[in-house]
Amino acid sequence: MTADSPTPVDGAAPAPSTGRRPGRSSSGFGRYLFKHVSGAAVSLLLVLFSSFFIFRLIAGDPIDQLTKERPVSPEERAALRAELGLDQPMWQQFWDYITGTLTMDLGDSFQYRRPIFDLIVERLPATILLSGTGMVLAVLLGFWIGTRTGWRQGSRFDRGHVATGLLLYSAPTFWLGMIVILVFARYLGIFPVNGMRSPSTPPEFWPQAADIAHHLVLPVLTYTAVVYAGYLMIMRSSILDEIGNDYLTTARAKGLRDDQVRDRHAVPNALLPTVTLVFLAIGGVVNGSIVTETVFSWPGLGSLFVQAIFYPDRPVLQALFVLFSASTILAVLAAEILYWFIDPRIRKS
Amino acid sequence: MTTSTTPASPKAARRRLAWARRRQSFARSWAAYRAQRTGMIGLVLLGAIVVLALAAPVLIDESALSVTQATGGRMAPPSAEFPLGTDEVGRSILALTLWGSRLSLLIGLTATVVAIVIGTTVGVTSGHVGGWYGWFALRISDWFMVLPSLVVAIALLAVLGRSMGTTIVVIALVSWSGTTRLVRAQTLTVQSRPYLERARALGAGHWHQMTKHILPNVLPLVLASATLLVPSAILMESSLAWLGLGDPNVVSWGSILNRASDNGAVSAHAWWYLLPPGLAILLVVLAFMMCGRALEAVFNPRLRGEPS
Repeated sequence: MTADSPTPVDGAAPAPSTGRRPGRSSSGFGRYLFKHVSGAAVSLLLVLFSSFFIFRLIAGDPIDQLTKERPVSPEERAALRAELGLDQPMWQQFWDYITGTLTMDLGDSFQYRRPIFDLIVERLPATILLSGTGMVLAVLLGFWIGTRTGWRQGSRFDRGHVATGLLLYSAPTFWLGMIVILVFARYLGIFPVNGMRSPSTPPEFWPQAADIAHHLVLPVLTYTAVVYAGYLMIMRSSILDEIGNDYLTTARAKGLRDDQVRDRHAVPNALLPTVTLVFLAIGGVVNGSIVTETVFSWPGLGSLFVQAIFYPDRPVLQALFVLFSASTILAVLAAEILYWFIDPRIRKS
Repeated sequence: MTTSTTPASPKAARRRLAWARRRQSFARSWAAYRAQRTGMIGLVLLGAIVVLALAAPVLIDESALSVTQATGGRMAPPSAEFPLGTDEVGRSILALTLWGSRLSLLIGLTATVVAIVIGTTVGVTSGHVGGWYGWFALRISDWFMVLPSLVVAIALLAVLGRSMGTTIVVIALVSWSGTTRLVRAQTLTVQSRPYLERARALGAGHWHQMTKHILPNVLPLVLASATLLVPSAILMESSLAWLGLGDPNVVSWGSILNRASDNGAVSAHAWWYLLPPGLAILLVVLAFMMCGRALEAVFNPRLRGEPS
């Protein structure tokens, strides 16, 4: 449910010309860059701080959770406490957390008793594979259909696609995933139910790749189905803004075919405001990957986060909260920097 | 509107005049709304769902939700007695879905109201007052805007505990910032209009300017954005409940689906357990989106796609 309304990036409004020299100069860019980089840095610091304190509020002693199954002696508890660094005063723990996070030493997971950094490195490719494929497909599909629906606004094609898109957009991701599993994996049996690979696959590269691709189909299908409508609507309204402009009439007067006018003249202009929205939608990508990975038991970071909530595995929660938030903050920063280069109006402000 | 009889007091006359103007503008908006077919379909759909949710206690007794008094078989397919089958303890899926609508709608609407109130207040004040406060409010709302909402919601629910109240608070917390940004932008536009300068010149205080001049101009936009916030709140609630972070003591569509996946409804091919609550979410969300898009088009004619 992000990327719904095309909100312009900070300062995107065309500024009144003040008679100053047009700011293509490096100092203008420097100031713009500094403003956004410092804003992002403050946001990142806030995330870093809040992550430490939020998860410390989870009720219960972590030692109790770690030793649920068996009775433990006070000595054992003390040893465990020391091992996890919980015997340190709060400020010491906070300092260790900050310096640790900045040096990529994220501590050990309560649940797996392994360094969190290793866990993340292990699971990151799965997440990138699923969300990356899903997002690329959703953007391509959404933009392709959006261009055509906007171009033929009010036609049967337009109405049909907008209705289908809205219908899929309204479906809860997890529910769509369950239905897709029920139909394609349970009834038809043509795709695996969940996970990323089957144990029986030979260890060579090609069989493994084919196996992963086979497992990837249903999650990506679900993910794309829910998300693409957002891009469709963005592209559609962007095309609608271009329709009726004089340059399109000129292009037609030159004798270009209708699809040439659309693809060579309208689309490049309509793409401009949408490029940054793709970056801004990163928050939605994280949300979608958490739910999709959980439905399909996909061994990525999203499902790790959900597992950690129920354990509760505080160090993992801390690290993933920072990682997820940092990735959206940095994506927005990238969008803002990109905006400087693709939208000349911003340089004048 | 100027034909009203001579008033008893100038204040009453002013009020009557204001109301007449409001009625007129409402009638105009309603006419524009009615002209949109999808908006009307959404409204009718929504009306039907709300009536069903309100009438749930009349249609099916609450005892149908009790685990101990369940009479059906374990995950039995649809039959004459249970038109939509039963769940893993033998309760009617029809009863669960019907009763679930009350909670899903209640949480979605309440969370939206809370988010809209926070968002409008912060948006109007930060746009009007400006200065350090405005800068700070903008930073905070931007911060909430870029954070991945589901991650924040999951984290907060894990910390605050699982109940209906915390769910509402958490959903409101992750969704107020969009409204703030919208309202702030509109406030800044209104702020520069001459009639505000006139009001200031006549000695209007900040409170008067904000409530009498800015707010009425911002409200239509807020209404449209609220209508689009409800579906996202309902989806968020269902995702959280499905993940197992909902109030364990109540039945919502998300919590039904949570029980369904925990009890292996998918591997048992129990489609009757999965379809009704999911389709219910889909229909409600769709109805709100249709209404919201129509409202947006009413208040923002550019979106109707008429070439300018």
